Amino acid sequence: MSAIANPVIGQPGAWILPYRGKVAMACLIVAESAIFTIFVVAYLYYLGKSVAGPTPAQVLETPIFYSVCLLGSSFTIHRAAKLLERGRRDRFLVWWLLTIVLGGLFLYGTGQEWHRLIYDHGLTISANLFGTTYYSLVGLHASHLVAGLGMLVIVLRFAATGRVAQEHSARIEVISMYWHFVDAVWVVVFMVVYVIGR
Amino acid sequence: MSTEAITIETLQTAGKPWTETVHEWVTTVDHKRVGILYIVYALLFLVIAGVEAMMMRIQLMHSHNTFVSPQAFNRLFTMHGTTMIFFVAMPILLGFANYLVPLMIGARDMAFPRLNAFSFWLSAMGGLLLYFSILGGSGLYGAGNAPDVGWWAYAPLTAKAFSPGHSSDYWTIAVMLSGFGTVGTAINIIATILCLRCPGMHLGRMPLLVWLNLVMSGMVLITITPLTAAQFMLLVDRYLGGHFFDTQAGGSAVLWMHFFWIFGHPEVYVLILPCFAFVSEIIPVFSRKPIFGYPVMVGATVCIGFVSMSVWAHHMFTIGMNSYANSFFTITTMAVGVPTGIKIFNWLGTMWGGRIQFKTPMLFCIGFLFQFLIAGLTGIMLASAPFDWQLGNSYFVVAHFHYVIVGGILFALFAAFYYWYPKITGRMLNERLGKLHFWLFVIGFHATFDTMHIPGILGMPRRIYTYEPGRGWDTWNLIVSIGTAIQTIAILIFVWNLLSSYWKGARAGNDPWDAWTLEWSVSSPPQAYNFASIPAVASRRPLWDLKHPEDPDSRYE
Repeated sequence: MSAIANPVIGQPGAWILPYRGKVAMACLIVAESAIFTIFVVAYLYYLGKSVAGPTPAQVLETPIFYSVCLLGSSFTIHRAAKLLERGRRDRFLVWWLLTIVLGGLFLYGTGQEWHRLIYDHGLTISANLFGTTYYSLVGLHASHLVAGLGMLVIVLRFAATGRVAQEHSARIEVISMYWHFVDAVWVVVFMVVYVIGR
Repeated sequence: MSTEAITIETLQTAGKPWTETVHEWVTTVDHKRVGILYIVYALLFLVIAGVEAMMMRIQLMHSHNTFVSPQAFNRLFTMHGTTMIFFVAMPILLGFANYLVPLMIGARDMAFPRLNAFSFWLSAMGGLLLYFSILGGSGLYGAGNAPDVGWWAYAPLTAKAFSPGHSSDYWTIAVMLSGFGTVGTAINIIATILCLRCPGMHLGRMPLLVWLNLVMSGMVLITITPLTAAQFMLLVDRYLGGHFFDTQAGGSAVLWMHFFWIFGHPEVYVLILPCFAFVSEIIPVFSRKPIFGYPVMVGATVCIGFVSMSVWAHHMFTIGMNSYANSFFTITTMAVGVPTGIKIFNWLGTMWGGRIQFKTPMLFCIGFLFQFLIAGLTGIMLASAPFDWQLGNSYFVVAHFHYVIVGGILFALFAAFYYWYPKITGRMLNERLGKLHFWLFVIGFHATFDTMHIPGILGMPRRIYTYEPGRGWDTWNLIVSIGTAIQTIAILIFVWNLLSSYWKGARAGNDPWDAWTLEWSVSSPPQAYNFASIPAVASRRPLWDLKHPEDPDSRYE
């Protein structure tokens, strides 16, 4: 088939297409964004429509420290990916580990907040409309974070046994894209739940 | 030429046990086999959902009929709608996309073969769960119960109080699984098209089928997922005591409608775009002319993709939105007719002055053009909010969307079957049976769906299990039911043709239609690796260039 017509292209090597992993992750992010959009719309639409308490203004406290942790983890994973690209495997491992710690801290913060809301304020998912939308939206984000942490830990395991090398940096970049997305979603959720919604 | 097969002795042993064959098909990651699995699986569900349609038509044949109970009727139209959309139309179109896209862009497989197989088995599990509900719908407590909340499952019908047992949960999880599978395949199609094109295949040289599937997959990413999100909310309501759609606690039933139709209307375009894709490949080949206005076709497709995202609430005129919303959705709905009209003119422009061969695939394409135009016109009628207030929820609406789905989508699918069956199996479908299938189906289709508009105008509502005599609906309903029977006979002829031609059909050879896209350059059926050497292309019609080296397309593009 290479004989078809007279190919006007020059060297076969000049034919460069994007990396499938990045394209697929970009698509997944688009699809996930649509899911989050629907949950955000539901949250905003139902603001102040609960027929019983507690209300957001009464019980929510802005999680500044943990949010800084999560946003900071975007920086650390970016740094880790760049280091791997340059072949600095040891330092990659350190920054990668730091990302996991920061992500884990954020998850701990969410857990702590939920514990406080449930035991101190009696706000459960079935308590009122606010509870339903709040736990669904924040929970959806947290579940994505858990999935991301899962990926990070798997890579950590491989990296710890020295099996993540420079040639894998494109794949690490894909995970990093996902992690940035989870962080960006948190910015939206933070604005909706703790700024606009209170 | 890459038609030479690579012979690997150990892989081509004859007479292996049937368990081995089954094992091969279940574990396959080959895009062609996954495509065939999708298609065969969808055909099985087509038969099941077709039987459900027949049962409904028998029930409505005359007034006060007692063929099925009112409860069973509710289950029938719910299962018919859900099955036809999620487990027939979606998988069959994804199956064709799976089979054809890599072959047409000169690739050896999809970008993610294992994700591909995984997506198929997810969808398959969804279909199984939907029908398992007949056995398991009420759990251990009693007789079975299929979902009966309509395919749109409006709140509060899905609330625990009105839908006890698990039938609605089976519906939710079945549709959700099918959604995950569809999104997985859509991601795969996009990655394949963007990352695996053979050298020389610029975006502007891709066959239109590939372009349209690219746009369709992009739409899937943002249309299927809102439904998935809404299904999550429904599960939270039903299992965790949430209040999303619980009006007693401040929730909103209308929000569910919005979420459903944000999925539901673009879904129609997700289904019709691949059909446009078939027609855009078949009409040029049987008109012996290149497609008219290729860049405009691509532009119109992308335009449909965007505009169709903002038309969903025309399904909701009758629930009482404010006049601004009504005006907005009326205007957008009419606007989406413009790029669609451009396409119809381009297909006519392709046929104009061509040396048209009236083979079966072309006949189905012409039927598609004619019927899709009429379906579009009744669509424009319903797009106008005041008109919709009169006819919303009537049989006029049922007739309109069946005109789109049967007259448009199914006709294009039949065209695709007759056109690509030789490539998939290596055998031609019988032309005589094909023509008989076409004419019988045209007659049955028009008897059913032309006539169905009239009881709608006379005021017959949707989803009723029976009606009073003497309202002027009886004769029309009888004709509709007779038309359904004629369509059934036509489908049986088609199935017989599919089966008998598989063993006895004439050998197809590589290129039975003298076509121009890459899939016809390889053997029928293609080898597992598709191309022995990756092709390079210089125009939109690489096989034309190959057959006519003295006057290649590449000289003009």
